[in-house]
Amino acid sequence: MAKALGEIIIDIEKCKGCALCIDACPEEVLSLTNKINKKGYQYIVTVNSNCTGCANCAIICPDAVITVYRKIEKSA
Amino acid sequence: MGEIKLMKGNEALAEAMIRAGCDAYFGYPITPQSEVLEYLSKDATQRTGMVVLQAESEVAAINMIYGAAGCGRRVMTTSSSPGISLMQEGLSYIASAELPCVLANVVRGGPGLGTIQPSQADYFQSVKGGGHGDYRLIVLAPSSVQEMVDFVRLSFDLAEKYRNPVMILTDGAIGQMMEKVELFDQMPRKTEFPDWATTGKPKDKERRYITSLHIQPEKMEEINKHLQAKYKQIEKDEVRYEAFNLDDAEYVLTGYGLGARICRKAMDILREKGYKVGLVRPITLFPFPKKVYEEVANRVKGILDVEMNAGQMVEDVKLSVCGKTRVEYYGRMGGMIPSPEEIVENFEKLFIKGEA
Amino acid sequence: MSNNIETAKFRPEICVDENLVYRKPSTLLPEPFHYCPGCGHSTVHKIFMEVVEEMGIENDIIGVAPVGCSVFAYHYMGVDMQQAAHGRACAVATGIKRVQPDKYVFSYQGDGDLAAIGTGETIHAANRGENILVIFINNGIYGMTSGQMAPTTLEGMVSTTSPHGRDVKTQGYPLKMSELIAPLPGVAYVTRQSVHKPANVRKAKKALRQALEYQKQGLGFCLVEIVSNCPSNWRMTPAQANQYIDEKMLAFYKLGDIKVPEVK
Repeated sequence: MAKALGEIIIDIEKCKGCALCIDACPEEVLSLTNKINKKGYQYIVTVNSNCTGCANCAIICPDAVITVYRKIEKSA
Repeated sequence: MGEIKLMKGNEALAEAMIRAGCDAYFGYPITPQSEVLEYLSKDATQRTGMVVLQAESEVAAINMIYGAAGCGRRVMTTSSSPGISLMQEGLSYIASAELPCVLANVVRGGPGLGTIQPSQADYFQSVKGGGHGDYRLIVLAPSSVQEMVDFVRLSFDLAEKYRNPVMILTDGAIGQMMEKVELFDQMPRKTEFPDWATTGKPKDKERRYITSLHIQPEKMEEINKHLQAKYKQIEKDEVRYEAFNLDDAEYVLTGYGLGARICRKAMDILREKGYKVGLVRPITLFPFPKKVYEEVANRVKGILDVEMNAGQMVEDVKLSVCGKTRVEYYGRMGGMIPSPEEIVENFEKLFIKGEA
Repeated sequence: MSNNIETAKFRPEICVDENLVYRKPSTLLPEPFHYCPGCGHSTVHKIFMEVVEEMGIENDIIGVAPVGCSVFAYHYMGVDMQQAAHGRACAVATGIKRVQPDKYVFSYQGDGDLAAIGTGETIHAANRGENILVIFINNGIYGMTSGQMAPTTLEGMVSTTSPHGRDVKTQGYPLKMSELIAPLPGVAYVTRQSVHKPANVRKAKKALRQALEYQKQGLGFCLVEIVSNCPSNWRMTPAQANQYIDEKMLAFYKLGDIKVPEVK
C-alpha cells in the first residue's frame, strides 16, 4: 500500500496566528507556539511527523504562509 | 481649408469628438446637451470604432470615464449642470489620480433642477473645485460653435499634456445655436498608450495601479504639492484670452462665453456713443488671465463684468486688479440672457451717471 | 531559504520541486496582507491570484479595487489595477472593458460597496451584460469603518449600528444580491461560495476560474459571491467566525450555483 509523506514550510514572519490551519489539519500536526514573530503574533509550528501533505492547512491559510510537499512512498 | 458645415453647437462638439480620435464617450441624457449622445449614437462607432455608451446615471458615466481614461484612452463625457454636480466626486478622483479626460458642461439655470435655459452659474463649481479636495480643472469657455469644435481637440491635447481633466464650460445657448463651422480632418485613434495606463501588466515589469488613496499624510501632502506645482505650470503656460480695443480704452467690459459675445455688441454700441470701451474675454477660466486685468487696471477708469449668474467671475477679476480700479458687475440669472442694450444702460448708470 | 522560514523539521529531504503540492502563487505580491488574522479577504485574494497564475493571464487582466477593507487589493494582486470610488467599481470596470474588450476585467467588492452604495452600478452593469467578473465578498458588515450594519447583515445580527440586533421592521431586510441579479438576461453566471473550510476554498477557486473561462467565451456578466467572515467586527476568533458562517450565514445565504450558462 502506498503511503503519503508530507512536510510543510511555514513563513513564520507572515503568520498572523489565526489558527485556522490547526482545525483544518486532519492529522493534528499543527499548533500555535508560545513564541511571537516580529509582528507580535504567535505563529504556528509542526508538532509531529504525521503530515501527509494534504495541503488543507495551506488552502485554508489566508496569508499563504505555508508551502506543502508530498511524497508517495510505495511499500511492498 | 477644412470641411465647412452649418451645425448646432452640441452636434459640432460631438463631431469634433469623433474627429479628434476619441476612444470612448460615456454619457447620460439631460437637456440642453442630449444632442451630443444622440449625434454620437448615429454612426460614431461605425466611423471610428469609438465606444459610445449611454450610462445609467452621470455618476456611472464619470466612473466609466475614470476606468477608460485609466487605460490611457481619449475619453469624454458631457452633461448639464445637475448632471455635472453628480459627477463631482468622480472628477475629484480623476484629478487626484491624474487621469486625462475631457468633459463639457452645457450649463443651464439653477440652482436645483432650475431651468433648461442657458446660464453661467456653474463658474465657481468649474473653476474653484466643485468636488472635494484641492484640485483644479483646466476650464475652457467657448463663445461660438466654431470654438465648440476647436476646443475639443485643444482640450484633449491639454488633458494629455498635463494628465488633468479639462472642462469645456459652455451653455445652453451655444449648445443649441446653429453657426457655420470649419471642421478639422479626421485624426487617427491612438494605438499606443502611456506607461502608467492599466492595459495589462507588461511582461518583466511591475504592475501598474491607479489610485487616489494615500493613507500616510506625508505621502498625500507630496501628491498635493505635485498637483499644485502642475497647476502653477498650467497658470504659467496655458493662459488664453481675447482682447479688443484695449489700446485707447478708458473702460473695459469683460465676460466669457456667451456673455462675451453680448459684450462685444455692447462695446460697439458704447463706442458709437463715444465711450472708449475695450473688452477682455477670458478663454481659459482656469488658468485665469490675471495679467491682462492687472495691466489694464493701471490705466482704465473701471471694469464692468457681465455674467449670466449672480457675479462669480467678477471675484477673480477683482483679485486680479487688486483694488487698482473700480470693478462692477452686471448680470442676469436663472436662465435669463442680458441684452446689449441692458449692458449699455447699466454701464452708463454705473460709470457715467454715477448712480451706483 | 530565508531566516524567516521555519525549516522543515521532520522530512526536509522531500522538500524538493518534484514533491511540491502547494506554494504561494507568484502573482501575489510580497507585501503582507493588512487584513486581520483569519480574514476571508486574504483567502480570496490568494485563490484568485492562483487562478490568474494557473491560467497564465497576469499580463491580460485588469482589476478594480473598491472602497472598504479591500481598497488596497492592488498592493497584493500582482496585476494592473484601478481603485474606484465607493460603489462605482462596476462602472469603472465597464469603462476598462469597453475600451479593452480583449482583456480580462474583474472588480472586487464588499457588501457595502456592491450592495448598498453601488447597487445601481452593479445592476446596470449586469443588465448590460458587461463581460466582466465581479467578485463579491459578503460578510454582512462594514469592516473598514469598524463594524456597522451592511445591507447583507442578517436579521438579528449585532453591529455597531444595530446594537440590539438588526430589526428588519425599521432597518430593512438582508439583501440577496445574487438572487436579485441572476434573472437578468445579461447575466451569464452567478454562484455563491465560501472560504470557511478547505473544501469550500477549493470550490470557490473553481468558481472563480469558471467565471474567467466564461468571460473568455464572451458570455457576459459573472458574479461570484463569497460568503466570508469578519472576526474583528463580529467580535469572534477566526475559528468562531467560520463556525458562525457555517451555522448562521449559510442558513440564509445558501451556497451553490444560482445561474449557469445554458449549454449550446
